[in-house]
Amino acid sequence: MSDASPVEPHPIGLSIRNGSKIYPGTQALKSVDFDLRMGAVNVLVGENGAGKSTLMKIIAGVEQLNGGTIELDGKPVVFADKADAAKQGVGIVFQELNLFPNLTVAENIFVGHEKTKAGIHIDSAAQTATARALMKRLEQEIDPNAPLGNLRIGQQQIVEIAKALAEDARILILDEPTSALSATEVEVLFRVIKDLKKQGVGIVYISHRLEELIRIGDYITVLRDGVITGSRSMQGVDIPWIVANMIGSASKEFPKTVEHELGAEIFRAEDVCLPSAAGGYAVDHMSLSVRAGEIVGLYGLMGAGRSELLECIMAQHPNSSGQLFISGKLVKEKSVAGRIRRGLALIPEDRKRDGLVQIMSIRENLTMSSLYDFTRGFHLSLKAELAKAADYVKRMAIKIASLEHPVSSLSGGNQQKVVIGKALMTKPRILLMDEPSRGIDIGAKAEIFRTMRRLAADGLGILFVTSDLEEVLALSDRILVMANGRLTGQFPAGAKASDVISAATPNLNRVEV
Amino acid sequence: MSSINAAGDVKTVTKGVKSRTSTLLLLLHMRTFVALILVFAFFAIAAPNFLSTGNMLIISKHVALNALLAIGMTFVIIAGGIDLSVGSIVGLCAMVAGYLVLFGIDLNFLGIAYSVQFNTIEICLIVLVVGVFIGWINGMLITKLNVAPFIATLGVLYVARGAALLFSEGRTFPNLAGNPEYGSDTFRIIGSGTLLGLPISVWIMIVVALLAAYLATRTPLGRHIYAVGGNERGAALSGVNVDRIKLFVYMFSGFCAAFVGLIISSQLQASHPATGETFELNAIAAAVLGGTSMSGGRGRIGGTIVGAFVIGILADGLIMMGVSSFWQTVIKGLVIIAAVVVDQIQQKLQARVVLQQNAN
Repeated sequence: MSDASPVEPHPIGLSIRNGSKIYPGTQALKSVDFDLRMGAVNVLVGENGAGKSTLMKIIAGVEQLNGGTIELDGKPVVFADKADAAKQGVGIVFQELNLFPNLTVAENIFVGHEKTKAGIHIDSAAQTATARALMKRLEQEIDPNAPLGNLRIGQQQIVEIAKALAEDARILILDEPTSALSATEVEVLFRVIKDLKKQGVGIVYISHRLEELIRIGDYITVLRDGVITGSRSMQGVDIPWIVANMIGSASKEFPKTVEHELGAEIFRAEDVCLPSAAGGYAVDHMSLSVRAGEIVGLYGLMGAGRSELLECIMAQHPNSSGQLFISGKLVKEKSVAGRIRRGLALIPEDRKRDGLVQIMSIRENLTMSSLYDFTRGFHLSLKAELAKAADYVKRMAIKIASLEHPVSSLSGGNQQKVVIGKALMTKPRILLMDEPSRGIDIGAKAEIFRTMRRLAADGLGILFVTSDLEEVLALSDRILVMANGRLTGQFPAGAKASDVISAATPNLNRVEV
Repeated sequence: MSSINAAGDVKTVTKGVKSRTSTLLLLLHMRTFVALILVFAFFAIAAPNFLSTGNMLIISKHVALNALLAIGMTFVIIAGGIDLSVGSIVGLCAMVAGYLVLFGIDLNFLGIAYSVQFNTIEICLIVLVVGVFIGWINGMLITKLNVAPFIATLGVLYVARGAALLFSEGRTFPNLAGNPEYGSDTFRIIGSGTLLGLPISVWIMIVVALLAAYLATRTPLGRHIYAVGGNERGAALSGVNVDRIKLFVYMFSGFCAAFVGLIISSQLQASHPATGETFELNAIAAAVLGGTSMSGGRGRIGGTIVGAFVIGILADGLIMMGVSSFWQTVIKGLVIIAAVVVDQIQQKLQARVVLQQNAN
């Protein structure tokens, strides 16, 4: 902040002083000072979970600070909710689309603030006309009366942006607005942003695409673990500077590699393809292999197709194609149970939705995939089941009061251990882990990383997906990078962070720095 | 010093609170049973002749029918579905049973002037197969064609009822005495016979209930039913064949309904196409009263049986007291609502207790 020049062409529109936000279990923001400058693009960057989204939600009134103050044009304000913030001129385009596929484009743009006659009758003609004008401004040929569900994802994102523009916001927050846009659409968006800047709108711009940030940004703020680690004008900023501030030098605790020889190839995927609903491929001719005892990290940005690849391997997409080999033998099984029998196991990304049956007990969740190990004929031996479950609780060091409590009563880290225990009970040979450390505290993370190391040393092949750069660099024996459904990079352990990031940025060529 | 005393006091206080909550929890856990005892005690005092053996047998026969349907319904609801078609399956199966007893299968349509006649065992098997088959249709509609369970079984409710009416063009099949020549004169035993002093229908209920309880608690199949209802995606990713589980529960529900159809047509010695109308609602009520969660994943066969007894005793007891049938309906509704409200209270309390234990 000290290196901001004294002559400032961009006035500060909104500022946060000493802002803190605490969620149950974690502190998302720690005494953050943030200045939002009008007529400029304020770039916000950081890894997943660094607190970007929280900061944004606070500016947009979706969340409230636990401590600290917000000033708008020099006067202290408190946004009660999003509507309150919108009234004061703050608009936001969320990363996940908040649209209604069953309504038309125009209806979506005006949802919640419909144009009306006499307060009750919706003036469709006026709405359609305004929507058409907005589409023209965004240089899109989208019919305002088309149902939103019929549009491509990229077009839907344009509609989301149009929705924010329709509110004439003085402050506009864009959260990863380009993640689903094509190159030409990005150019249009950048032109619109320049336009808005001229009108004095203050823009907060969040993206993982570093080249893009350097090109469009005027000011940059880097967040790490809820703390601002760098904040300055964009002049002279380069990618190494950003990466250094994103990752920092004080590394988290990663266990050392357990020295062991890598075995023969244990798993190979060839030419895995998954057609995407939006056209093209979500997984585009992916091939990879994992050796026994090897930890392969699969890095990429959101929507790169990593989770989809794992789901294809786990037989979740009937219309996917490609071949899988375990120890050189073709996997013909088409069912999840069949693939589990062959030695595949998946730790899903979304624990609550995919990993656990929340209302069932810890014991029942642990043994879910291996019930037939305790069954003779029809009869399930509850005694054998209980013994095995207790054994895994001890082995995974899961902290529980009783095996019979619902699994929902556990903390995130312990729930994750239950999911991993369930997978290990099937005696897998290849473990697929999708964001294994998401949403769990640092202590549990370290334990899970240690478990991964131990399993690899025992000869298991591990393929894990992560969006955490530090994690992929520290844990992997080999790093694969995916972007737009394709393999875009392959690095040995000890690769340079900036190389990995560049490979993960899918539109490297089209954005000229 | 004072701080130590304070801490000690806090401990005793929490201990007292804890034992009180745990007693309360136990009572709530057994609430259907408690309700059964209360209802039973009330009518034992208020309704003359309520405790007579004859009356007990009549009540148990009534309860057996609803309990059988409710057992099948419990599995369906635990797996996250609903089966509205059971009442119609009862009606159709009753008509099939009556037709087979009266006419057998006439092979005239094949150009053969001969009709095949069946004995009681064969008739029972055919009727059960019909029930299971209709359940299979429900299951296929839901799993392969992705029809919502409510809609699929509602459709089958109409189709099966219509089929029952078509069977006799709306008439009743009377005098199902059977024919000793074909071995079908024993058909009446299913509904009116007794074994060791208990009606056969009650024995059927007991056997099916034991079978279902075993299935639910001691087999992988049972565990998978709970898993599918608790989190379908999670179950699928754990290697559970979700479609097969769903198919099974609807087939089992059809199986239970077929038994009820057999029992009723045998009891009445006649098959009427309107048999079993609105039975599905009583079955759902018994399951819910017994603690089955409509959102799936939770429920017990024992609870459902007790729930069926509460509903049955309430209905028959009120009749014996001469309460108008309009009031009976109102009271039944209130009891169901009360059951669900108490269930919610229990859930909240239980979650709190578990959280406390984890914190310690």
